[in-house]
Amino acid sequence: MSQQESFTPHAASMPPPIEPEKGSELIAIRDLKVHFDLGGGGLLDKLISGKSVRRVVKAVDGVTIDIYPGETLGLVGESGCGKSTLGRALLRLTEPTGGQVLFRGQNLARLSQKEMREHRKHLQMIFQDPYASLNPRMTVGQIISEPIETFRLARGRETDERVQELMETVGLNRRFIKRYPHEFSGGQRQRIGIARALAVDPDFIVADEPISALDVSIQAQIMNLMEKLQREKNLTYLFISHDLRAIRHVSDRVAVMYLGKLVEIADARVIYDEPLMPYTKALISAVPVPDPEIEATRQRIVLEGDVPSPINPPQGCRFHTRCPYAIEACKEVVPPLAEIKPNHFAACIRISPEQPDIEKVAPGDAPGLRDPQRVIAT
Amino acid sequence: MNGNGHILSVRDLKTYFETEDGTVKAVDGISFELERGETLGIVGESGSGKSVTNLSIIRLIPEPPGKIVGGEIIFDGRDIRSLTIEQLRKIRGKRIAMIFQDPMTSLNPFMRISRQLMEITILHLGYTKAQAYEHAVKMLEMVGIPDARARVDSYPHEFSGGMRQRVMIAMALSCEPELLIADEPTTALDVTIQAQILELIKNLKQKTGTSVILITHDLGVVAGMTDHIIVMYAGKVFEKAPTRELFKVPGNPYTKGLLRSVPDPAHEHGKALYQIPGLPPDVAHLPAGCPFAPRCERAEEICRQEFPPFVQLNQEHFSLCHFAEEVYANSRREVEQKQAARQQQDENQR
Repeated sequence: MSQQESFTPHAASMPPPIEPEKGSELIAIRDLKVHFDLGGGGLLDKLISGKSVRRVVKAVDGVTIDIYPGETLGLVGESGCGKSTLGRALLRLTEPTGGQVLFRGQNLARLSQKEMREHRKHLQMIFQDPYASLNPRMTVGQIISEPIETFRLARGRETDERVQELMETVGLNRRFIKRYPHEFSGGQRQRIGIARALAVDPDFIVADEPISALDVSIQAQIMNLMEKLQREKNLTYLFISHDLRAIRHVSDRVAVMYLGKLVEIADARVIYDEPLMPYTKALISAVPVPDPEIEATRQRIVLEGDVPSPINPPQGCRFHTRCPYAIEACKEVVPPLAEIKPNHFAACIRISPEQPDIEKVAPGDAPGLRDPQRVIAT
Repeated sequence: MNGNGHILSVRDLKTYFETEDGTVKAVDGISFELERGETLGIVGESGSGKSVTNLSIIRLIPEPPGKIVGGEIIFDGRDIRSLTIEQLRKIRGKRIAMIFQDPMTSLNPFMRISRQLMEITILHLGYTKAQAYEHAVKMLEMVGIPDARARVDSYPHEFSGGMRQRVMIAMALSCEPELLIADEPTTALDVTIQAQILELIKNLKQKTGTSVILITHDLGVVAGMTDHIIVMYAGKVFEKAPTRELFKVPGNPYTKGLLRSVPDPAHEHGKALYQIPGLPPDVAHLPAGCPFAPRCERAEEICRQEFPPFVQLNQEHFSLCHFAEEVYANSRREVEQKQAARQQQDENQR
């Protein structure tokens, strides 16, 4: 690691396909934290546990990453890992409790509510549930025109034309403009949600599980639509999903999240073919492959147990309770993201640029501990 | 093969629903057999009739509006349709057990896990309370709940989603059923938990020899779990084949489209994913002819006019399509081409 002066996980160049320069990022997330205070710590707790403990859910706990213009960053993890909270915190739909989100260099957290509302023009969201995220009492025309009117982007007939154009763009028949959401199927509703997000001509879209609620044949349609729109409108996506097959397909880079922390970041293909983290390996191996011959022969890493509660996450590396390679030190040291291979970051003290393969690391060895840059005490 | 090996044989099953929109033929003349110890996968999108099929098998169709209007469901030599409710109750939960998608809604939130597990064995096997309690602990241990004895008296909300699904499985297997119907058993779960549950079902099946019907929309799940697969669309069986055969040489354009629209690791980056155009069918208003014709690449005039035949492609492989043989031949050719290309590559490397 010595050749790497001043190590920062988000430093220097990140991905092909877009050759990013320093400072070219569209969104810079710095040590972002979203903690939910559940209270507690009152007299009753004191009597029961003998001490006063406030219960805090650290849904997002110190996330640092850049998102570059025109790319799709895939964010993957299991339920409760904080991926949706992270997406919402970027747009301040959930207020962050710490850290920064810089959009074109401007700290969104510092903006007043009014200024933030202006910024929402650039930052939009597509939601998971196309049934719950559309107002059932508004027509498609009203749903899509609302943001246009809010931001005074058009008026009167111009608005109507724009709405119809948007409907066509996302593959909806413009004759449906007066229909209500319940008259559409799940896939079509997701198209309405996409049209609404596009109405204000945004630069950046957080897509939170946009295909999870859809049928298999419709998932492909929505993924293709999102890719087409990205090319045509130079959109940048944060694509949040638990579906690794979909994530791999749509993303340029993928970030893996576990209990509030990013544990691995790499090019989409690299992370799928050569994952470094034991957690990422298990996650990928858990996805069933639609090929009986592969399924019959492949070895599956089945993780023991459930994801621990984010209320009292494990000390040290949060994955150590389920990690087959965990050693004593893993219970004490919080591993920061480190560049193990070029543009491939992982948070594990047991691997190093010299020996990135965890299965070949000498028993009990933790090269991360010898690198002062990588040691953060708990 | 004679009928003796079949635990279940469904013949020309028709389950219709009367709605304001007219009669919805949710399941319309489907047939399949399940051998003892076999796992059958039923794959389909929403509205394909896969869940209605499974509810019909144990006669849990809400009536009205639903009704099984035709066909036979022969379970171990007896037609389920001709049984009285009393006779049916002796089969449900004892000889045929079910696991549903959402363990939270299928467990009673006000009852301790122990009581819910005990109910079944007391009712079906005549256990005493003490016996049933011991059996409940044993079952929880079998499905891998750590510290089962300490946790058996918990309430469902004290368990995670994966654990609740384990409890459901423990409950389903309590009386060692001959047939287990699992309807989307892992859809609500995370992938690492899904892997655990699938592994568990596989192991338990090996241990107990239970026959399994696995209903899912996920082609990946059935690939590793099943012996045979039927693909349903608009209430019909579109294709029926041994699992390996179906994935390797599909004989139906719909199956082929489904297989191609799953993003796979070998897919070239930046290339659009194959997509089946259009929407899943509105079963209340099916077109004349083949229900898949409006979305089908291969469709011709005949497909829009006439209902397709169920073509036998080889001993165990059937496809509902006017061009089944052509589609099948194409799939075979593609496999041969792939093999030839691979051989060529190997030779070049040498």
